[in-house]
Amino acid sequence: MANLVKRNHWIIRLTHWVNVVAVTLMAGSGMRIFNAHPAFARPGETFALNPWEGTPIPAWLTFGQWLGGARHWHFAAMWLLVANGLLYLGFLFFHGEWRDIVPRRGDARDTIEMIKFYLFVRRDHPHQGKHNALQKSAYFAMAVLGVVIVLSGLAIWKPVALWFVTALFVNYKWARFVHFVAMALLLLLALVHVFMVFAVDPYSLRAIVTGWYDRARSPEARNARPFYHLFGPARSGSSSEVPPS
Amino acid sequence: MSIDRRRFLTVTAASITGSVLAACDKNPQKAQSLLRLAERANERVEDGLFRHSAMNRVSADAPVAGSSFPKYFISPRVPVWDAAANGAWRLEVSGAVRRPLSLSLDELMKLPRVTQKVDHFCVEGWNARATWSGVRVSDLARAAQITPDAQFVDFAGFDKDYHESWDMKSAMHPQTLVAYGMDGYLLTPAHGAPARVHSPVKLGYKNTKYLTRVVFMPVRNGGFWSDQGYEWYAGT
Repeated sequence: MANLVKRNHWIIRLTHWVNVVAVTLMAGSGMRIFNAHPAFARPGETFALNPWEGTPIPAWLTFGQWLGGARHWHFAAMWLLVANGLLYLGFLFFHGEWRDIVPRRGDARDTIEMIKFYLFVRRDHPHQGKHNALQKSAYFAMAVLGVVIVLSGLAIWKPVALWFVTALFVNYKWARFVHFVAMALLLLLALVHVFMVFAVDPYSLRAIVTGWYDRARSPEARNARPFYHLFGPARSGSSSEVPPS
Repeated sequence: MSIDRRRFLTVTAASITGSVLAACDKNPQKAQSLLRLAERANERVEDGLFRHSAMNRVSADAPVAGSSFPKYFISPRVPVWDAAANGAWRLEVSGAVRRPLSLSLDELMKLPRVTQKVDHFCVEGWNARATWSGVRVSDLARAAQITPDAQFVDFAGFDKDYHESWDMKSAMHPQTLVAYGMDGYLLTPAHGAPARVHSPVKLGYKNTKYLTRVVFMPVRNGGFWSDQGYEWYAGT
C-alpha cells in the first residue's frame, strides 16, 4: 500500500534544480578560469599542498571555451547561485526545516549505525526521519561548502575592495586555494548524492520533482542498501523486524 | 510498472548526463547579450563597492617576486623607446584638462614620489608582489587641472597600439601610480620602461606598460584586451 506524503516544499524543489544549473555553470566556468593558470604558487614560489600543480582540468569538464568567456559566465551565474542559495537558506531558516540537516547530539552514533548497516554489520535499517544520518551530514556539509565557496569567491573577486573578506582566508593565494578545494569537495558530494539516489532511493526523484514521496517504499521500509532491495516491494510491518535474508 | 520505473530512471539519468555533457567546453552564443547585460550590471555593483580608503596591504616582510615577476608585451620584441627616431621620451597628460602636461622622465621623477609594496593581480589567477615607485595618477590629474568632463582616463603606450581606459574613481585611487621604479631600480624594458601604470585596484592587463599618454576623456575608450572580450572594468 502506498503511503504518500508531501515531502518537499515547492521552494525546496525549485531551488534544488536551479542549483543544479547554477553549480554546473559555476564549476564549469570556474575550472576554465583555473586552467589559465592551473597552479596556486605565486611566480617564483612553490606550493606544496597541490600534488597536481600546473596540471590543467580536462577541457571537456569546463565551460566557457576561453578565459574571458568563462569569466563572463562565472560573474553572471554567480548571481543565480547566490540568489538561489539565499532563497534556499532563508526558507530552511524561516520554515524550520534546518532541523532536517543541522547536526545534533546523537548524529555521530546514528552515522556509525548507518555505516554498520551499509557494511552488512547490522541487519536492519536504522530508524530515521526525513534523511538518514549520513545524508544529513552530507547535505549540511554541502550547505556549509556553499557558504565557504561564496565567501572565498568574494575574496578573490574583490581582494582590494573587500580586503576584509580576503583576510578571512589569510590572503588572495589561500582564498583561491580554498575556493578551489571547496568546489572540488562540493562536486564530490554532489556525485555521491546522485549515485546514492539511483543506488538506494530512486523513489526520492519523484519527491524532488513533484514533491510526493511514497513512505512505503522508503529505504527504511525496503531495508535498502546500495543496490540491495532497490525495487523490492515494501516489507510488511515495522523496520525492527528481521529482513528475509 | 517495474519496467516503466526502470525506464524512467534510465531516461532521467541519461538526459541529465546528456545535457551536462552537451554543455561541455561550450560558450553558447545565444547567451552573449545576457552576459553583456550582466557585465554592465556588475560594473555598477563594483563601482558601488569601490572605496579610495580600501587599500591593498602587503606585509613589510613579505618577499617580492623579483626576477620571477612575469613580463609581457604585445610587440614581437621587447618594446624599447627609440630616442634616435622619436626624440626623448615624454609623458603627455592631455584631454579634459586646463593645463596639458608634457613631462620628461626627470620632470616626472621630481613630482611627489610614492613607493609601495603591493600585489599585482593577473586575470589568469596568479598574483605577484613588487615594490613600485612613481607618481599618483591623482597628482598628475591635479597638476593638469582636470575639468568636469574628465569621467574616464585612457592610458596609451608605445607597445604597438596598446591602451586601456579606466573609470575615473579607480584611476584616482591613492595606489594607482604612473610607476618608473620597481624594487628600488628604474624600470627595465621587460617591465614597461621608462614608465607604466601600476595599481592593485585593477587586473594586470589594465596596467598599461611603456606609457606615453594619459588622456582624460568624457567617454570610455575600450582597451587592447577589453576590445577582445575581457571585462572592461576588471577591478579588484
